[in-house]
Amino acid sequence: MGPRLAAVAPGPWRAAWRAFRHDRLAVGAAAVLLLLVTTAIVGKALTEWWPLLDPATVRLVDRLRPPLSRPSDLLAPEARPLLGLYPLGTDDLGRDVFARMLQGASVSLSVGFIAVSISLLIGISLGAVAGYYGQVRLLGVSVDSLVMRLVEVMLCFPTFFLLLAAVALLPPSIYTIMAIIGATSWMGTARFVRAELLSLRERDFVLAARCLGLPEWRLIFRHLVPNGLAPVFVAATLGVADAILTESALSFLGFGVPPPYATWGNILADGRSFLFDAPWLTYLPGLAIFVVVLAFNLAGEGLREATNPKLRG
Amino acid sequence: MVRFTLRQIGQRLVLLVVISIISFAMVHLAPGEPSLVDPSNPRLKAEDVAKIRAAFHLDEPLYAQYGYWVRDLATGRLVSFKDGQPVVGKIWERFLNSLPLFLTGTVITWLLSFPVGIRAAVARGSTFDRATTFAAFAMISIPGFFLAYLLILWTVTHLQVSVVGMRTFGFEGVSGWFRVNDRLWHLVVPSIMSAFAGIAVLSRYVRSQMVEVLAQDYVRTARAKGVPEEAVTYGHALRNALLPFITMFGLMLPALIGGSVIFETIFAWPGMGRLGYDAILSRDFPVVLTINFFAAALTLAGTLVSDLLYAVADPRIRLE
Repeated sequence: MGPRLAAVAPGPWRAAWRAFRHDRLAVGAAAVLLLLVTTAIVGKALTEWWPLLDPATVRLVDRLRPPLSRPSDLLAPEARPLLGLYPLGTDDLGRDVFARMLQGASVSLSVGFIAVSISLLIGISLGAVAGYYGQVRLLGVSVDSLVMRLVEVMLCFPTFFLLLAAVALLPPSIYTIMAIIGATSWMGTARFVRAELLSLRERDFVLAARCLGLPEWRLIFRHLVPNGLAPVFVAATLGVADAILTESALSFLGFGVPPPYATWGNILADGRSFLFDAPWLTYLPGLAIFVVVLAFNLAGEGLREATNPKLRG
Repeated sequence: MVRFTLRQIGQRLVLLVVISIISFAMVHLAPGEPSLVDPSNPRLKAEDVAKIRAAFHLDEPLYAQYGYWVRDLATGRLVSFKDGQPVVGKIWERFLNSLPLFLTGTVITWLLSFPVGIRAAVARGSTFDRATTFAAFAMISIPGFFLAYLLILWTVTHLQVSVVGMRTFGFEGVSGWFRVNDRLWHLVVPSIMSAFAGIAVLSRYVRSQMVEVLAQDYVRTARAKGVPEEAVTYGHALRNALLPFITMFGLMLPALIGGSVIFETIFAWPGMGRLGYDAILSRDFPVVLTINFFAAALTLAGTLVSDLLYAVADPRIRLE
């Protein structure tokens, strides 16, 4: 320990990166995620502008073709798939599953990311307000207890039930799904941020910053929140995994992202009626969801261990 | 202690009222009304819609409707919009159906999680530890409904038993043993599915608790004075690591309602989750609101029980 202390200690983020790099499982998961994001972006562009990969092309002569099969000769030349092959087969309307999975990757990912962004926005703001302005009184009630009671109220609704009620009652759209998943999952973040700020605001560097005359919003968002962000970061990574699973579960119950969008959840939900004739329609999206959610969870866990000095070996 | 308990109960009652108002407003202000569920029905004329609305008090202001709901719930006269049956009776019947599923799932979860978690913590960094950690992550990452389908398929094709529903259709007249066997199959398979995610989460939690406690000084002291390793693990470490799990008992209660919608749908199990799901679809407001109310009450009761149990179990905590 002695001689090490003499060296300049690396910053917390650099130390975290070093720890993360040595966690093979987490690095593997991060690589999968990087690949996925690339696939989603490229896939979005291709399915949008390249007619060969249009996920909405219906080919009734080629219904329920297994993976790697060739299209029928009756097909019009402009409806032929890429390379004259269905890499992942076709569904009950003869749509190319490969194209639909590509499109689904971007939809599922954006549902995950946007839902988590919404939940982070609500959670961080409310948590910061409760942690920093907790003692301010509004109508005789402290802000802190107001926010914390709100968190308790939200936690009292069975989440999935609340989600289902909201999705069933509101007009169906992909944005409703994102907003609702975000609006029902911010409570943990708010608690983290509040707890962090409560302890951080008493530190000396805050006193120093205040003595320098920094405006309060700058003090909160530039100095306090970033210092308490590590657990939030972890929660966000795990949150994306959760959001993707929730979206697929909602799709499965028939409340998910409505068509024309293909998501892995609704490919799976549609495919289960053809479980015996076309098992790939169930297995492919199921496996895809599994791998992606697993990657998010493993990366999140690696991040947790890397950013928490107590857990570092 | 008594004052603390009373104050906690009082606070939770206020919270319960707030929750019921919020959920009432949310359900009623959202678009869609019971009279509009079937808009394409040509026999439903404008005056019929008005009649339905009047019968359900839907034409009155919201606060009056809330008053009716509270009054009817308190006097037990609350009836479902859909079939006119008493809501509380309906929910109770479904609750009795959900209970065995919940209990079996909970027993499976706790029986499996503790041995796995303890073993992983004791042999930290071993192959067993890494394998179970990975397995736990795999278990929370797999979409439950997907796995449930595979499991149903597998039991049907390989074990030749049917597992959907509460019992096999047409088994009413068979002899006792077959019926018990049939009920068990129908109960255990969905229970395993609903325990699946719980096992992953709980075993990880047991592991991290045990790892933390095993690093404490008193564990080292116990080892230093020559206490056998078994006694250290189960006598000193486990007993101290158990403390936070008392709270989990209370916090698990709400899962009785909300946690099972998907599995009850897949396994066609007539439980609470399904009742709520169907009620939402048919805009059966009294049922939705009452289930939600009971769920909130269960959650609040659960947190209260866990707070009190914690205080009883941990002498370091003094309630003011």
